[in-house]
Amino acid sequence: MSSPVLTHLVSDIVAGRLRVVDLTHTLAPEFPPIVLPPEFGESAPVRIEEASRYDARGPAWYWNNLSFGEHTGTHFDAPIHWVTGRDLPNNATDTICLDKFIASASVIDCTREAGEDADYLLSVAKLRAFEERHGRILPRSWVLMRTDWSKRASDPVAFQNFDETGQHTPGPDVEAVRFLVEERDVIGFGTETIGTDAGQASHLRPPYPCHALMHGAGRFGLQCLTNLDLLPPTGAVLIAAPLKIRQGSGSPLRVLALVAA
Amino acid sequence: MSASPPGSLGSGQRAKRRNPLVPLKPPSVPPSGRSRAAQGLTAAAALGILALQRCEDCGAVQYPPRDACVQCLSAKLRWRPMRVGGELLSETLIRHGQELFFRHRAPFRAGLVRLDDGPSAIVALHRDCEPAPSRLRVRLVLDKAGQALMIGLPEKDTPDMADDSLIRDTTCAPRARKVLITDAKTKLGRTMVEALLAAGAELVWAGFAAPWKPSPHLDALGALEPVTLVPLDVSDETSVRELAGSIGGKVDILINTAEYHRPGTISSRPGVETARAEMEVNYFGLLRLTQAFSPALKARAADAPVSSTAWVNILSTRALSNDPAHGTFSASKAAAFSLTQALRADLQASGIRVINVFPGPIEDEWNALVPPPKLSPAALAKAVVDALERGLEDVYPGEIAKDLIARFLENPKALERELSG
Repeated sequence: MSSPVLTHLVSDIVAGRLRVVDLTHTLAPEFPPIVLPPEFGESAPVRIEEASRYDARGPAWYWNNLSFGEHTGTHFDAPIHWVTGRDLPNNATDTICLDKFIASASVIDCTREAGEDADYLLSVAKLRAFEERHGRILPRSWVLMRTDWSKRASDPVAFQNFDETGQHTPGPDVEAVRFLVEERDVIGFGTETIGTDAGQASHLRPPYPCHALMHGAGRFGLQCLTNLDLLPPTGAVLIAAPLKIRQGSGSPLRVLALVAA
Repeated sequence: MSASPPGSLGSGQRAKRRNPLVPLKPPSVPPSGRSRAAQGLTAAAALGILALQRCEDCGAVQYPPRDACVQCLSAKLRWRPMRVGGELLSETLIRHGQELFFRHRAPFRAGLVRLDDGPSAIVALHRDCEPAPSRLRVRLVLDKAGQALMIGLPEKDTPDMADDSLIRDTTCAPRARKVLITDAKTKLGRTMVEALLAAGAELVWAGFAAPWKPSPHLDALGALEPVTLVPLDVSDETSVRELAGSIGGKVDILINTAEYHRPGTISSRPGVETARAEMEVNYFGLLRLTQAFSPALKARAADAPVSSTAWVNILSTRALSNDPAHGTFSASKAAAFSLTQALRADLQASGIRVINVFPGPIEDEWNALVPPPKLSPAALAKAVVDALERGLEDVYPGEIAKDLIARFLENPKALERELSG
């Protein structure tokens, strides 16, 4: 039996009444990876090596061998990624309930604050101010922190923004994460930077609150998003399904947003 | 002998540009057949030593190399370092040769020399040697085919003596040449760039991976006029290929300083990811570089006025015998060492020299727990320049490396036990 909703969805996309926005960076070796202090195990970089290209290795076909860490490029964080979420049910990329991969999104515009202060921390006050203008953040929805940080991606130095004290990138503060999980029941938090947490979040209490609290409550993360400036504050629908990696802690993925034209 | 010797240039000056309308001269090498006994000369020349066989029984010094003593027929012949002087007895000028290599170089001088340690030998003579009878310095060097060649040099240095084709064919001096240093972000990389510039390199391409990781060394190099910073991640095929596409046809000397090193015994770290990262840089990185850079390097081996000339690998004494405190790193360097032998075979026909440097522990953060003495980056860079200028093939810089290679050659099993203690 057909559903009128699905019929309309497809016809609206075909007719251009709904736009599909790509929130994904191209997966490539030069895209900046997460960098940990060298004493820790490192993420494997993205590598694309030719198996053949219409040559002696394969005269009529071109294909590559791919390798990458689970947390490279635009990627999804599953609850099992963090120690706080390791014992939750359905906490990995292959066991998360499918219906959670499609959800609406609120986009909090922090471009001005992040432009003035690379270490900017999104606060509860900022979230409440958003809600006053655009309505209450919906349960089971994504909250995306727009900073326009993705516009730095062509300059890996500016994108990573390291100095001798580490990385300087914006993210949420502890109370904002707690508020989104406990009082708004969001499905996850997304950023344009390499982490869902701020670059200096190892100095927050607890360290890495977005990882510790979101994943500890079974919520997800999306990072290295782009084109958030093309989304409305509310009303976009995200399709964000990671690769079905057995016991995967995350995965590069294609993040699509459906928005009214 | 040479029409436009690069040696007449001052340090940092440019060689005369090549005429792009003249066809590239294909490289040729001298005949390379040698007896097994004569390979002892090659081993000595690779180290830059004049060594000959001496009879353990009667003391007679042998030349040419042989299996039994020329005096007493004893088979106990041992390779020993010799004094590097001799008397030129007579000479001749060779105007013609059957071999292509010699045709390109005729006319050249050859002389009969009585070595200070006894035997007489036919040697190739430097143009500035005094006519016979005269004193001269004798060297054992590697020729373009990578085989030992005995040469006679004037007793005292002469102006521009490096311009003689005999010197230019047997050395890889950086002067007026263009050099790629694959990783210049480390202290070693920076020191290497500075040493090559000081040795007269026309320009140095300084490679850097992971641009977001700040490096004071790279910042310092970026300020130098003859240095161009180039993105290069040897663990990324695309990155290597793109750089080769951009500068591959210009590189005269490639110095591979890229290295990934994490200390630890093989039981100290679970999993293979760190070992894999070491292999990705130390072994596969070298393989990617060879595939991308050696074709143009080979093609330009006889280019004039400046030719491609050498490929330098910074290996490790740990490549010879595993240092269990650096277990997986040692293994990756052993793999790299093996690959350099294949690279040497590949480049041999074009006359490009592959120089392997085997330092002991270097003063860097990954050898922090290794007790001194350790090799300073400056000493290592100096050894590389020296090897290029003398045309060496195997380099063991510093006392630790010299001690290790001596123990290795004497008894590899004993060294294995000593390192495992």
